[in-house]
Amino acid sequence: MKYRNNFLREVEANVEEGEWVKRCMQCGVCAGSCPLGPHWEHPPQEIFMMIRAGKREEVLSSDSMWMCTSCYNCIARCPRELPITHIMHGLAHYATRLGLVPENQQTNKFAQKFWDNLSKKGRVNELKLGLSLYFMNGFMEGIKTSLKMQKIGLGMWKTKRMDPMEILGGHGCEDTSGLQAMLKKASEIEAAKKVKV
Amino acid sequence: MAKEYSYYPGCSSQKGASSSNQLRSTQAICDVLGIQLNEIPDWNCCSASIGYAGGGELPRLALSARNIALSEKHHPNQDVVATCAACWLATRETNDRLAESKELFAETNEALKEAGLVFNGQKKVRHMVEVLIEDIGFEEMGSHVKKPLEGIKIAGYVGCQTNRPFGINGESFENPMYLDKMVEAMGADSIPDYDKKVACCGGALMFSEPEKSQALVKEILESAHDSGADMIVTPCPVCQMNTEVYQDAINAKYGTKFNMPSVYYSTLMSVAYGQTTEQAALSGQVIRATKLEEIANK
Repeated sequence: MKYRNNFLREVEANVEEGEWVKRCMQCGVCAGSCPLGPHWEHPPQEIFMMIRAGKREEVLSSDSMWMCTSCYNCIARCPRELPITHIMHGLAHYATRLGLVPENQQTNKFAQKFWDNLSKKGRVNELKLGLSLYFMNGFMEGIKTSLKMQKIGLGMWKTKRMDPMEILGGHGCEDTSGLQAMLKKASEIEAAKKVKV
Repeated sequence: MAKEYSYYPGCSSQKGASSSNQLRSTQAICDVLGIQLNEIPDWNCCSASIGYAGGGELPRLALSARNIALSEKHHPNQDVVATCAACWLATRETNDRLAESKELFAETNEALKEAGLVFNGQKKVRHMVEVLIEDIGFEEMGSHVKKPLEGIKIAGYVGCQTNRPFGINGESFENPMYLDKMVEAMGADSIPDYDKKVACCGGALMFSEPEKSQALVKEILESAHDSGADMIVTPCPVCQMNTEVYQDAINAKYGTKFNMPSVYYSTLMSVAYGQTTEQAALSGQVIRATKLEEIANK
């Protein structure tokens, strides 16, 4: 137990690269450099100030950090050299752990499916990932999306860049049990370090 | 003597996967240039830059550390080389971060022990483009050209993750020139001031935010078209796919008429090196690169 709990300390302790947050000088170069800048409800510099202002719920339940395309433009240009991309990924992960992600957030769903897909066999099965993605918003939505994507799928199949047989199993690591044990251990070590709020 | 590297091909390069054509054409140019790529045995996914919802920092670092550890074990004294931008980025980032933090180094090794592996941090992690530029050089790349790509104008689309945050030594983040130099070395015309050279295609968000991402791709295509480009060339699997396969959808939405081939530098080089359409993986083009097919079939 500590007396002086606040959201900045929580982020510093529990979010990837969170210790950098307080170094932001509010210049806004990140917001101006972001390819999806106009779609962020709160651009990165605002998120950083909101963290310092203790706006915990507003930050963690925000849609904003899910707009990050991982282009690293903000990192390349930040005059204070904040690893902004990583902090956004870290906040997104932390919000997921705490169950605070807005319902139906599409990138959250996709990112979760990507992780589930790769951690099963150690390698991504593009076909299964693609199909699970089409159907992630329900069966009827899935049929609609599949029809919309039919032509693209056909193009990929014809050029041998998609293999329908992957549905039966497909690529994977040989040592899946070692890989899964490694991931489990890494998650445990990380969980043990998180500061309880 | 062939130059040997410990090769990390990545998920999308596997047989029947979306950038299997990049692997094929890369193999073709390596044969010409005397480069031997030794695949890292039992490599795993790097989790790209989208695994973060489910995967925490340490599990993601462990994934890339496992690949480096396998490389240290099986290919000592060989640099790790990746052709995929995301694979390179994740692997190099892990290598750098574990070198900087004793805590992460120890924790990652504790997790790796479960897979019977050790990360020592003795590897250099490089992009294939670095190998071509630094170990081969533009002059030698050009010296193998048998069929110069004369009269073809090509927009060099570097994209994001081959360029930031690491990039290629000596190049700027805002206007890197190496891809243009490679285009010129193959006898084609480059567009050095192509203004979407390092713009983002939306990356993995093409799947979750298709409209926002297609708007970005539209600008990349518009700029290439307006610069007089016959085709786009890129080093990145995600850039390649995003700039190629959504053109119909973009045309339908915006009333444009794009039909712009988007190829890997390795496809371009294979054709210039006089290899077959099969070796150059031209059959992997959803939008056929007819100008390259004509040269290859000459």
